[in-house]
Amino acid sequence: MRELTYAEATLEALSEEMAIDPTIFVVGEGIGARGGNFNTTTGLHALYGDMRLRDTGIYERGFTGMCAGAAMTGSRPLVDYMFLDFGLDAMGEILNQIAKIQYMSGGRLKMPIVLRGCIGLGGANATHHSGNYFSYFVNHPGLHVALPTTPADAKGLLKSAIRSDDPVLFLEHKSLLKTVGPVPEGEEHIVPFGKAALRTQGDDVTVVALTAMVQKCVDVSDTLVPKGVSIEVIDPRTVAPLDMETILTSVHKTGRLLIVDESFGPCGMGAEIAARVTEEAFPVLKAAIKRVNGAHVPMPYSAPLEAAAIPQVDQIETAVRNLLSE
Amino acid sequence: MSKAKPPSKQTLLALYQGMLRIRRTEEQLALSFQAGLIPGACHTYVGEEAIATGVCAHLRDDDAVFSTHRGHGHAIAKGVPVREVIAELFGRATGCSRGRGGSMHLFKPEVGMMGTSGIVGPCILQAAGAGYSFKLLKSDRVGVAFFGDGAVSNGAFHEGLTMAARWQLPCLFVCENNQFATEIPFDVATGNPEVANRGVAYNIAAVAVDGNDVLAVHAAAADAVSRARAGEGPTLLECKTYRTRAHAEGMRATGYRTQEAIDSWKAKDPITRLAQHLAELGDSATTPGELDGELDGELNGIEEEVRNQVREALEFAESSPWPDPATLMDHVFSEEVAGA
Repeated sequence: MRELTYAEATLEALSEEMAIDPTIFVVGEGIGARGGNFNTTTGLHALYGDMRLRDTGIYERGFTGMCAGAAMTGSRPLVDYMFLDFGLDAMGEILNQIAKIQYMSGGRLKMPIVLRGCIGLGGANATHHSGNYFSYFVNHPGLHVALPTTPADAKGLLKSAIRSDDPVLFLEHKSLLKTVGPVPEGEEHIVPFGKAALRTQGDDVTVVALTAMVQKCVDVSDTLVPKGVSIEVIDPRTVAPLDMETILTSVHKTGRLLIVDESFGPCGMGAEIAARVTEEAFPVLKAAIKRVNGAHVPMPYSAPLEAAAIPQVDQIETAVRNLLSE
Repeated sequence: MSKAKPPSKQTLLALYQGMLRIRRTEEQLALSFQAGLIPGACHTYVGEEAIATGVCAHLRDDDAVFSTHRGHGHAIAKGVPVREVIAELFGRATGCSRGRGGSMHLFKPEVGMMGTSGIVGPCILQAAGAGYSFKLLKSDRVGVAFFGDGAVSNGAFHEGLTMAARWQLPCLFVCENNQFATEIPFDVATGNPEVANRGVAYNIAAVAVDGNDVLAVHAAAADAVSRARAGEGPTLLECKTYRTRAHAEGMRATGYRTQEAIDSWKAKDPITRLAQHLAELGDSATTPGELDGELDGELNGIEEEVRNQVREALEFAESSPWPDPATLMDHVFSEEVAGA
């Protein structure tokens, strides 16, 4: 199969969907002729012009709220925040309007909108270009949240997001944008929401890993296999909806669960997954559930501080070993 | 000056009926609130009926209205049946939002009512978005936002007008300047207590009218809507008005304003003024006596029809079923719901 970068894969998805559906339009800063800060729209402005590739000023709340109104009236907007940190200015529009309007209207309105942006720690981006934030959106009813980790999933999940009549946060970890992988060709490569992927199979520990942590956990798996330890790395791919069935099936097999999430621990995905596994599979647990999270601190800039804030491979490996020793 | 022709008597009577329908509904809602039948908030539109009525007279079902917390009048003027409004405020399954919304979340997209809102400001952005959709879809539909003076200092006003002006969106931004945001006077909130003169800052057509004069609102909205439909861009329409009841039922009406001020605005009641205007039209006709008699009969007939409609709506709401708790989770997402 031909290989693409993650960013090329999302561009292919967007390009294919815009060719199919003339009601799709994109808004954001520099997504017109510039093609997007992260090359999210390269070449599309030349094909579709200003109305469908709308450069904006720096007013995230404004264009997010505008797109909510557009989604209620027959078009399918995609908001490109560049960095999701910038989208926080639009939280009122996202949580109070976009997430609630289908329910508030008693199901009379749909809200087909995609909110995409880069997340993730690292790269000396410092605290205003580094947040993960996704648990905020998972906490709130009415939103889907996709966290693709491979180029193939990036394409297939973005197509699902664009075709959905529900609002979707499509969040891309910056460290993944240039990663390369096989991507199926054609318009009908769709990855459904709520279906996790097993990145490794194993019997000793279930490891649920999110976004950039997936590859780190696969690396840990590679180092542990020769030492006789097999871990099952689960990539949920979407955290709302969350594929609890795959997680529970694995926990029934291993009896041990580690959640590795670069974002903050308190009230995060690890806490949620641990609670639900405890509620539904407590009798099969052989050890207390463990979490590895990024440090609960505004993201620092300097390299040694940054490295200390991000979960590293040795930390993950230690956590696996600690689980096995219980 | 408006380019629109003076409205026909038939149009004037329709405007009269439209305003009266809102007034009588609001009066009933206030009584129902006092009787404990409305469990949530109830912000009435009494005194401001000319604005929704004068603007919505120019709108079709496929034009989109986005409203505010004081939105009963907008919903009714846009064509949401009174019975569905009252039933929604009563929390019944037959309400326009199936009991999920209440007063501040009235939706009926079938007639272009895209929601009242408990948050001040987003309606401006959403109307811009509707305008964006209609321009993208090459339709002559129009997006309309109603909002109060309280929204004008909110960032949504700035951002919404920036977008609509720059992209020449088919939008109408109707500011109902009733001079108070809850109990805070507009000139306490801002150094510029005029709204229409802000239009210059955005390079947007802007006009201020007497919001208690339905003919002035009707004429200004005619121009704005026809310009929007013709692709000539958005308009900011400031309607100077006053709410003669409290911010919300159960709250005080004075203390932050005088009874004299309220009374002076009651003397400018838009419904009474239109009746007077109709009578003056009759006086100027060749057989005034005959027309006067005819007019009284017509206005009385409208009064009776509206009262019957509100009474029937109240009975409908009172006898409507409550939502089934088993449907609690329905409509969070778009997929088909069980039994729907």
